[in-house]
Amino acid sequence: MIEMYDVWKTYPNSEPALQGINVKIDKGEFVYVVGPSGAGKSTFIKLMYREEKPSKGTIFINNFNLEKLKERKIPLLRRQIGVVFQDFKLLSRKTAWENVAFALEVIGATGKRIRSRVKETMDMVGLADKADALPSQLSGGQQQRIAIARALVNSPAVIIADEPTGNLDPENSWEIMNLFNQINQRGTTIVMATHNRDIVNTMKKRVIAIEQGHIARDEKRGVYGYDD
Amino acid sequence: MRSGGYTDTMIRILLRHLREGIRSLGRNGWMTIASISAVTVTLLLVGLFLIVGFNLQAASLNVEGQVVMNVFLLPDATPADVPSLQTQIQNMPDVKSVVFVSKEEGLQQLRNKLQADQDLLAGLDSNNPLPNKYIVQAKDPAQTDAIAGRISTLAHVEKVVYQKDTVNRLLTWIAWARNFGIVLMLALIFTAMFLISNTIRITIFARRREIEIMKLVGATNNFIRWPFLVEGFLIGVLGASVPIALLSTGYAILVKNIAILPSFSLLTPVPLLSETGLFLLIVGSFIGMWGSVVSVRKFLRI
Repeated sequence: MIEMYDVWKTYPNSEPALQGINVKIDKGEFVYVVGPSGAGKSTFIKLMYREEKPSKGTIFINNFNLEKLKERKIPLLRRQIGVVFQDFKLLSRKTAWENVAFALEVIGATGKRIRSRVKETMDMVGLADKADALPSQLSGGQQQRIAIARALVNSPAVIIADEPTGNLDPENSWEIMNLFNQINQRGTTIVMATHNRDIVNTMKKRVIAIEQGHIARDEKRGVYGYDD
Repeated sequence: MRSGGYTDTMIRILLRHLREGIRSLGRNGWMTIASISAVTVTLLLVGLFLIVGFNLQAASLNVEGQVVMNVFLLPDATPADVPSLQTQIQNMPDVKSVVFVSKEEGLQQLRNKLQADQDLLAGLDSNNPLPNKYIVQAKDPAQTDAIAGRISTLAHVEKVVYQKDTVNRLLTWIAWARNFGIVLMLALIFTAMFLISNTIRITIFARRREIEIMKLVGATNNFIRWPFLVEGFLIGVLGASVPIALLSTGYAILVKNIAILPSFSLLTPVPLLSETGLFLLIVGSFIGMWGSVVSVRKFLRI
């Protein structure tokens, strides 16, 4: 599903953010990516949906070889993975419904299919009644649920989340985590960068810890392991 | 998948872009108004300039049409010489028309001119001092000088008279005015392009976050570009409509009021305004689309 071989990433004028990452994530796994700020977590995540390009190394995502992926084929990759962000990244001038529908519009789905899939997904995240609300009229937790619905609406094989609970209070964080768990139980692979110790230690999953550009730990049913 | 599925998808996506572009106009509120105003102001100037320019052009053509040579014949030219000489002149290159005016006709014209002072002409009927002449007009007034030279070498021709200085001065002035007009026109169009694309760039800059999000969700560049293209087109068309309406109304009023002056005539509104309007519409929509596409391109690299 996701494979990285000797992946390096160097930004201009700084130490390498990632230094020889090797990792393999199978279909249906739920993986936390933890580590101190600035250790390379975000870069690791961004490589997967090709917002960043590795300086060196090979990455396979769902049969895409990112090394050989042409610039104009990037959208095809992104349609097969759902991405959830800390700051939600919703289109502010579109309603909740339209935000979710957008992911289907880009693949040219019919109006009929869009209507049924969006309805289904909005029901699943429990926000069917907020279809016409603009993001600014929703709470943080609700916005994140809309973002998850958008990531999910295409039925992607994998969902990548970059600190999805970073802007939420504990109660909303747990609701979001339960949603992710539910999605994972339907067979969707989930890779999630997080700073939330309670969640990692309570909802036990595989933990990959990244420190100073290296994978420091990779444990099945691991723990958070940091004090912050 | 059934046949025709691909075409169906294309049409569906195209309709989606149209809908999206139109919707975006409304959602942008004052940004849309700012862009439309920029188009309106500049195209109003362009249109105004075009209408004045076309009228000046027509007026100058009119003046040029009045540049004629008088070719005076020697008294030794027999009535038989008259048509053959006329053919000779007519066959010269660049000659547009040759009209024969006999001495009797010449006298009659003089009489008409001197209405009140007929006594000056008394006795001339029996002893007409006026020569026979041709009135010759060149196809291009600038050729007048050369043609006059050639005609004066023909047999039976006494001399060729035309207002040399006036013609030359007029011609230089017209040529200068024309060049100046073209330069001003180009400058105006460039200003329009700059102003409009700048305004559109600002409105799109405000939306760069949205473009980024769309890309992250898997939209292709074209998918993002099309609604902007539609929006730019509509801004151009809406922006052009206001100056078209203003200019049409204004010009109609002007024509109506100026009709009282007999010596001064404006071009009729129908071909002038419809052509100018079409031009403004095309320029507006192209600048609108161009501005959108150029501005979006900057933010598509994610």
